[in-house]
Amino acid sequence: MRKDVFQGTLGALIAFTVLAGICVLLAVNWASLGLFLTAFLAVLGLLSAAYLFRMVGRAATGNAPFFRDMPFGVAFGYVLAAVLVVFGVWYFFQPTDTDGVPRAGVIFFRWAVQGFLIFAVAAFLFRLLGRSVGTEGSRKLFRSMPLTAAFGILIILIYAVVSIFAGVIAPYGQEEILGAANIVPGGNPAIGGNPDYPLGTDQIGRDILSRLIFGAQNTVGIAFVTTCLAFLLGGTLGFLAATLGGWLDQLLSRMVDALMAIPALIFALLLITIATAWAGSASWQVTIYMILIIAVIDSTRVFRLSRAVGQNIVVMDYIEAAKLRGEGLPYLIFREMLPNAYAPLLAEFGLRFCFVFLTIASLSFLGVGIQPPLADWGTMVRDLSQFINFAAFAPNVAVAPLLAAGAIALLTVAVNFVVDWMLHKSSGLKE
Amino acid sequence: MSEPLLKIRNLWIEGRSDETWNPIINGVDLDLNRGEVVGLIGESGAGKSTIGLASMGFTRDGVRISEGSVVFDGVDLVTASAADKRALLGKRIAYVAQSAAASFNPAHKLMDQHTEGPVQHSVSSKAESTEDGIELYRRLRLPNPEEIGFRYPHQVSGGQLQRAMTAMAMACRPDLIIFDEPTTALDVTTQIEVLASIRDIVEQFDTAAIYITHDLAVVAQMADKIKVLLKGDEVEESDTRTMLSAPKEEYTKSLWAVRSFERPAKPSVITGATPVVSVKTVTAAYGTTDVLHDVSFDIHEGRTVAVVGESGSGKSTTARCITGLLPPRIGHIEFDGMQLPLDYRRRDKMQLRQAQMIYQMADTALNPRKTIGETIGRPVEFYLRLKGKEKRAKVDALLAEIELEPTEYFNRLPSELSGGQKQRIGIARALAAEPKFIICDEVTSALDQLVAEGILKLLAKLQDQLGLSYMFITHDLATVRAISDEVVVMKDGKVVEQGEKAEMFQPPHHPYTDLLLSSVPEMDPDWLDDLLKERGVDNIGDAAVDKM
Repeated sequence: MRKDVFQGTLGALIAFTVLAGICVLLAVNWASLGLFLTAFLAVLGLLSAAYLFRMVGRAATGNAPFFRDMPFGVAFGYVLAAVLVVFGVWYFFQPTDTDGVPRAGVIFFRWAVQGFLIFAVAAFLFRLLGRSVGTEGSRKLFRSMPLTAAFGILIILIYAVVSIFAGVIAPYGQEEILGAANIVPGGNPAIGGNPDYPLGTDQIGRDILSRLIFGAQNTVGIAFVTTCLAFLLGGTLGFLAATLGGWLDQLLSRMVDALMAIPALIFALLLITIATAWAGSASWQVTIYMILIIAVIDSTRVFRLSRAVGQNIVVMDYIEAAKLRGEGLPYLIFREMLPNAYAPLLAEFGLRFCFVFLTIASLSFLGVGIQPPLADWGTMVRDLSQFINFAAFAPNVAVAPLLAAGAIALLTVAVNFVVDWMLHKSSGLKE
Repeated sequence: MSEPLLKIRNLWIEGRSDETWNPIINGVDLDLNRGEVVGLIGESGAGKSTIGLASMGFTRDGVRISEGSVVFDGVDLVTASAADKRALLGKRIAYVAQSAAASFNPAHKLMDQHTEGPVQHSVSSKAESTEDGIELYRRLRLPNPEEIGFRYPHQVSGGQLQRAMTAMAMACRPDLIIFDEPTTALDVTTQIEVLASIRDIVEQFDTAAIYITHDLAVVAQMADKIKVLLKGDEVEESDTRTMLSAPKEEYTKSLWAVRSFERPAKPSVITGATPVVSVKTVTAAYGTTDVLHDVSFDIHEGRTVAVVGESGSGKSTTARCITGLLPPRIGHIEFDGMQLPLDYRRRDKMQLRQAQMIYQMADTALNPRKTIGETIGRPVEFYLRLKGKEKRAKVDALLAEIELEPTEYFNRLPSELSGGQKQRIGIARALAAEPKFIICDEVTSALDQLVAEGILKLLAKLQDQLGLSYMFITHDLATVRAISDEVVVMKDGKVVEQGEKAEMFQPPHHPYTDLLLSSVPEMDPDWLDDLLKERGVDNIGDAAVDKM
């Protein structure tokens, strides 16, 4: 089919579908006509603004290549982005309440923007610090670092420090039941807060800030141990399978296939339940079962990756040269192959760490993970989850469960930023 | 025709590395008339491909045209808008890449890719361009022109794919085609066919062409005029015959002189001497299919045996049998008169140490994460049990031996070396084991001629100093002539002819040896015409071995 004919047909089809959809909706509800007209006019306005923007750009710059070769879609993108920025600024400065009733949308938007800006500035300052302090090597590293990676490293450092020194930093103990339950976060007595507990207390009166800090220790620490175990197991077996091949490879791969065929979370739940029933349910025992079970389940993914990477490396001539030299298996795997697999394995480590971490949080949320009274972010989200219903009229109350969820999200994002940067760096080495 | 079709004036191109722009091309001019073929030659890094791409108004990522103009038929491609360029590229200017195998989309049939251009540019309908494609395939002498277009790229051989690529470039009948090393990756016998068909079709349609290559003999056959480049500067330009008979510049002369390297003949072997390596009636198989049949030859001390043949003839498989990577099914390998265990895993350290290997692709032969010092130091430590200062001294001595400055290169990674330097490191790693025998597997075929000559000279020097024996696997007969003492010609896993070099280059030959020998391009611009006349043009497809 000719390309223009194809595009024409596709365009007509899409237009027809949209029109038909609108007609059906209007038939159901006439009142939505105004809404549709507004949307239609807005899109039309944006389109013509984009056209104008490109035309003016061309005229003003004397047909510079940037505007001359700009596709219409890109011009539309610029205009849309500009409109969104203007809207964001306008929305940010809206009043936070109408006649004493808080406007949750504005409040949450403000928090999000403020958080974003604070983190961006912190990351920028951190990178500035790294560029001026330290050895020649580390300074050079920071000079080539994007802001996202600086942010990631900063967050990971903060988490590491907090989880190592949790006992020193936390104002109260994680199991300590203090005076009042359900103190609202924010420390503002006017809406039910208490300056002694800046992030409030939970449903039985434990300090949320302290539990968040201890939760870092428990959740992050356990996730880290589990991921290391998964990599030790999956990586070793994967490289062995790639190097030796033959029946060992077949046996291991099919076993891994079988394990991967079962949905991971349900499988973990099942196994932990069995283990608990079979060997005892003391809380430290459950934690150990959980670590082992998640490590085994996640090692299947690591196995797949390291086997695939290993197979690409093992056919290289330098491996053949090493084999012909008479090198043993450990030298081949650890000295010749592993250094060439660092980049993909490291990337996988970052991602896997996040997944393990989320799995632990999910299991705790379901009640079989880290056992109370130990603080854990997943459990904290579960325990306070009902407060999310207050979001529309009492934003400060609704924040309580979101704090732990935010801690999880922040770490996940940070780890991914760092991993992306590392991958980019290692692929850029070949230039 | 007063105005040339393509006029490049004062072209400056820069590349970005480490945050600064460095010049790649320094003010090159080029004129190309309709129907004219210009050859661009130079070693790798001379900027040949960059100029080739720039003549389409295109640069790779991280490269920019900083000054100058590329005027194609009145349109300056440097300043033209993307839409204007789109209208020209593919329709009036076409490009044929070095590796057709990597340039075809493996998921689509050849004909579907062939018709894409004409349909996109509204030159013809799909049916018309399919018809035309079949006609082009016929003119390019592809076997089964009616059917071959409906195969996937992996179902045709490399030489056929390269011709299909040329047909694709021809699909819109462009005025200009840029050929970027179209035959470098092919065997000599296949190369001939591709060269002949490219030249025919360019003549038939009066197409102008820029032919980029580092093989002087090839360019002599194809081009009306030749431009020699060195590190982004033009060295000289003149028509082909003048260039070949009377080059002006020193650099051009040195390029021309490369092919004259030949080491003096050595006295022949004393009869009855024990050979260093002896391949005894080896038959080997991959799976259940035999790929080597009853191969036998000897390699004596201090001598070089060249194993010649096109790809798939079993040269590298023979090397795998000798090293023990592929234990032969029948027969065995003797080393100094002693039988070696067939499998390398059962050979002891001493046996492994005596036979070393140098690989074709230095890129994959060196571990990219290990420094030069580590790469060479490992066999020193492993075989000679040297540590610390002694090891460092030995590595330094080896680096000096391969003519690289030890202090400068010890801590470098392979990515910081040029192709020729990497190959030298490969040689040093083999030497580190202090072997008696080295297998050189196509060690020069990935390098351009000046660098390759340097490697050959180094190998010859090392042989004289250390009394090494080489098994030299190659498909390039110029290399054979330069370095070997004895020649083994292989075809389809069998030895078809073997003997002293002097004998082998004298008739009478086995018919296959003859084909190989006559397929090596010569510097005479009439060579291809003469050869085609001699073989009979229609015959060319049958004479050369067309494998699937």
